[in-house]
Amino acid sequence: MNKARTNPANTIAMHGALIAYTLIALFPVFVILVNSFKTRKAIFREPLALPDADSFSLSGYQTVLKQGDFFLYFQNSMIVTLASLFFILLFGAMAAYALSEYRFRGGKFLGLYLALGIMIPIRIGTVAILEMMVATGLVNTHWALILVYTAQGLPLAVFILTEFMRQVSDDLKNAGRIDGLSEYTIFFRLVLPLVRPAMATVAVFNMIPIWNDLWFPLILAPAEATKTLTLGSQVFIGQFVTDWNAVLSALSFAILPVLVLYVIFSRQLIRGITSGAVK
Amino acid sequence: MTALTLTHVSKSFGAVDVLKDISLSVEEGEFVVFVGPSGCGKSTLLRVIAGLEDATAGEVRIGGDLVNRTPPSKRGIAMVFQSYALYPHLNVRKNMTLALRQEGQPKEVIEERVANASRMLNLDPYLDRYPSELSGGQRQRVAIGRAIVRQPKLFLFDEPLSNLDAALRMNTRIEIANLHRQLSASMIYVTHDQTEAMTLADKIVVLRDGRVEQIGTPMELYNNPANQFVAGFLGSPSMNFFPAGLVNEGDARTMGIRPEDLFLSDTGPLGARVVHVEHLGGDTNVIADVQSHQITARLFGQHGIETGQALRLGFKPDKIYHFDAGGLPA
Ligand SMILES: Nc1ncnc2c1ncn2[C@@H]1O[C@H](COP(=O)(O)OP(=O)(O)OP(=O)(O)O)[C@@H](O)[C@H]1O
Ligand SMILES: [Mg+2]
Repeated sequence: MNKARTNPANTIAMHGALIAYTLIALFPVFVILVNSFKTRKAIFREPLALPDADSFSLSGYQTVLKQGDFFLYFQNSMIVTLASLFFILLFGAMAAYALSEYRFRGGKFLGLYLALGIMIPIRIGTVAILEMMVATGLVNTHWALILVYTAQGLPLAVFILTEFMRQVSDDLKNAGRIDGLSEYTIFFRLVLPLVRPAMATVAVFNMIPIWNDLWFPLILAPAEATKTLTLGSQVFIGQFVTDWNAVLSALSFAILPVLVLYVIFSRQLIRGITSGAVK
Repeated sequence: MTALTLTHVSKSFGAVDVLKDISLSVEEGEFVVFVGPSGCGKSTLLRVIAGLEDATAGEVRIGGDLVNRTPPSKRGIAMVFQSYALYPHLNVRKNMTLALRQEGQPKEVIEERVANASRMLNLDPYLDRYPSELSGGQRQRVAIGRAIVRQPKLFLFDEPLSNLDAALRMNTRIEIANLHRQLSASMIYVTHDQTEAMTLADKIVVLRDGRVEQIGTPMELYNNPANQFVAGFLGSPSMNFFPAGLVNEGDARTMGIRPEDLFLSDTGPLGARVVHVEHLGGDTNVIADVQSHQITARLFGQHGIETGQALRLGFKPDKIYHFDAGGLPA
């Protein structure tokens, strides 16, 4: 057993550091949740206090549930995020497999070209994207957002997954070929399950920016029917008056699904981070 | 009938020529071992035979049919990999039957073949386990079982024992030899371990740098090596080489003598100083310097020889080999 791991002083230091980090990371979430249950006055008087009999109020949640079609926004966000993740993972994994498995002319160049996208923010192309979406009639549809987010997520996905797929044993794929499996079966049945931790990592990295994005929903799909949760919450933020109760309640709602998705992926994610460390 | 014929097979990766003009044949039921140092192209040759790599030039015939354009699964071969390459998400039974199910074999045939293979390899208790729940030796047996159930025309083994510990390696080696006898199938076996090569092979193919150095039975290669490389590669400890001038004044050739052909002799022609002694019980390996050349003598039985001691070594004249500057017999 590793000596550093059994030494009590080290254990305490390690857990202390981790607990401190957890507190810092959870603090904003805590503040949002706590204040979403307080009256407007109480929020500003004592932002850190827990709600008590006096300050407790559900007015924020009432506003959120009354105003606008909150569940529709929620559903929109869900559809856009999940569909984007699905396409990022599917196409990312397929491209990564081609790049890692097959030797073909220009393969290295193609890999580099795809990776370049990591460094170029997609928002630079907003105007062109908007023109394209208008031309194709996709404005104010879920597809507008899904396509853009898929494009935005692919470079990093391809980059990470290529590295992981290179590590999948050649012998295993060759055994499949000798046993008569098609390239598709080898990809879906042998390779994908083995890079699942990497897929989870890519999913988590992409999920949060997509879920939180305000920019593209505002520009490409601001219609009532396609509004995402983040965009929907903006109705409570005005130039002169902001309904903080409602904003905080909407945010509390918005945190929930991310948390659920994260829990689903995180088991895999932990394996992804530690894989290779232990055989 | 010949199980496999290679004619002038070459393989290049870009500008690197890995296999150079290889021609050989494997007869029906023969056990052929490819040996050679690491990186000489053994695995590549096996992959070309399996169809996992395309030959750059030359013909590959399996059972008389030209298979250069045939995909691996249709070549009638089965391969056992060094890393076992078991499917991690399938249990042992499914690992063994995947290829047959893929071929669309009837259920009874599949069941019967699995039962046979499992009995032969003592795998019955493990059929429902997953590969991660097996020891290395058990995984190796499953990998072999997966090859057997396909009833291939030709078995390909790529260093199947190199991940096993010494005791298990010996047992599995015997198992493979038994298997060959029972199945009387044609087998190609790749290794860089010359003991495995000598003990298993009907025929050994010695490779170096992508070229065939010599093909023959183990004893042919041991007794009549085609060149200095083959002489040095087979036999353990390996053959001693030193300038023949040490024994015959003015002889420019290289002299070779196997450690087991040296013996202690007060009148022997080689005066040596002992550098190190390995006592193996049955044998004693003496490593000694003759002038500045290190040689190894393998003496039968136990000897009280000590480091630093001077001794004289002799040999029978018919046991020595001579090689010219190019490594060819002279
Ligand atoms: N895909 C490839 N691209 C380029 N070179 C390769 C490729 N595969 C193998 N080689 C080269 O071919 C040579 C032979 O490789 P191979 O794996 O056949 O060696 P080997 O004899 O099996 O060695 P070992 O005993 O270590 O397994 C090596 O020098 C290797 O670098
Ligand atoms: Mg090899």
